[in-house]
Amino acid sequence: MKRSVLALLLLFLLAVTIGAAASPAELRAGVFNPPRLAPDFALRGSDGSELKLSRYRGKVVALAFGYTNCPSVCPVTLGYLAEARKKLGAGAKDLQVVFVTVDPERDDADHLKKFVAFFDPTFVGGTGTPGQLAEIRKVYGITMSDKIFTDASSKSKGIYYLDHSSFVYLIDREGKLRAMMPFGVTADDIEHDAKALLSR
Amino acid sequence: MTTRVSDIDFPRAQMHDGRRVIGRRLLYWVLIPLGSFAVGALAWAALAPVRSESREQVYVIPKGTWEHRQAGHHLDVIPSRIRLTIGVKDVLVMRNEDDVPQLFGPVLIMPGQSFQLPFQRPSEYIFTCPLHSSGLLTIVVEPMPEPGWPRLRWRATGLVTPGAWL
Repeated sequence: MKRSVLALLLLFLLAVTIGAAASPAELRAGVFNPPRLAPDFALRGSDGSELKLSRYRGKVVALAFGYTNCPSVCPVTLGYLAEARKKLGAGAKDLQVVFVTVDPERDDADHLKKFVAFFDPTFVGGTGTPGQLAEIRKVYGITMSDKIFTDASSKSKGIYYLDHSSFVYLIDREGKLRAMMPFGVTADDIEHDAKALLSR
Repeated sequence: MTTRVSDIDFPRAQMHDGRRVIGRRLLYWVLIPLGSFAVGALAWAALAPVRSESREQVYVIPKGTWEHRQAGHHLDVIPSRIRLTIGVKDVLVMRNEDDVPQLFGPVLIMPGQSFQLPFQRPSEYIFTCPLHSSGLLTIVVEPMPEPGWPRLRWRATGLVTPGAWL
């Protein structure tokens, strides 16, 4: 009798633990429910190889969109991602940051490599044709503006800015799109959620 | 024939007394209870703890939204300004019940999928959102209102804001 009560109690505790682990509420990011497979792509990687999300199965991927000439949002986002990775310690090896450009005109693979390496040498950038990148933005719901020239002189020099969605998507070890972090989250938030996804 | 003053004044005095009695009764039975109720309600609104059964504020993109839009109908299924309060209603849930993927605020939500976005910091968040004619979705996240005037004002605003709560 005592054993069966103990067994029931253990089963209950197990169910509660599993329920809590599966709960999307444990993440600080926005959570998709049910999660779907993250749309894959094939781009030119800044590391010289083909960049595909499926290459990182078994790791948690933090996917960000931006461009190397971005004056504020993109460097801040990559800075936080680098900081979060440091905070993860040994777990950092299983967090892969992927930075996909929205500005293929200026961001070739070499340029991307230098840019992302400034934050963390393990970060990988991706570029492709405007059509390829537009398709990727569409499936991830990324919006962006046309080129913004501040004045006539910047137009003649080809200096422009782009307004774009500045989210970080979190993809789990199985390649499922689990969460989205809007701009403004801190390195602590990223570390918290990455750790939660890595523990699954 | 003489007319005594009291013969004439008596009914007036009686009427005057009657009015006074009615006035007193009105005061005792209507105005004082109403006033007490109003003061009590204000005190409650200003001091009572803020509670909510669920911290989720749910918005649904109903089935047929895309078809309506394709047909050229303007359909504001979700307010362009959403008010949330930390600790009370601080989780925005967007559910797509339409047959096609919908870009709602910052995310692409698949048919049958929902997106749950918790907020930890008070601020005004502005997202691009094609579901609105302005193209923008503003989410105002307020701190938990302190007891007193801030809480009273917060509850009063909740009464007049669509999609708000007590």
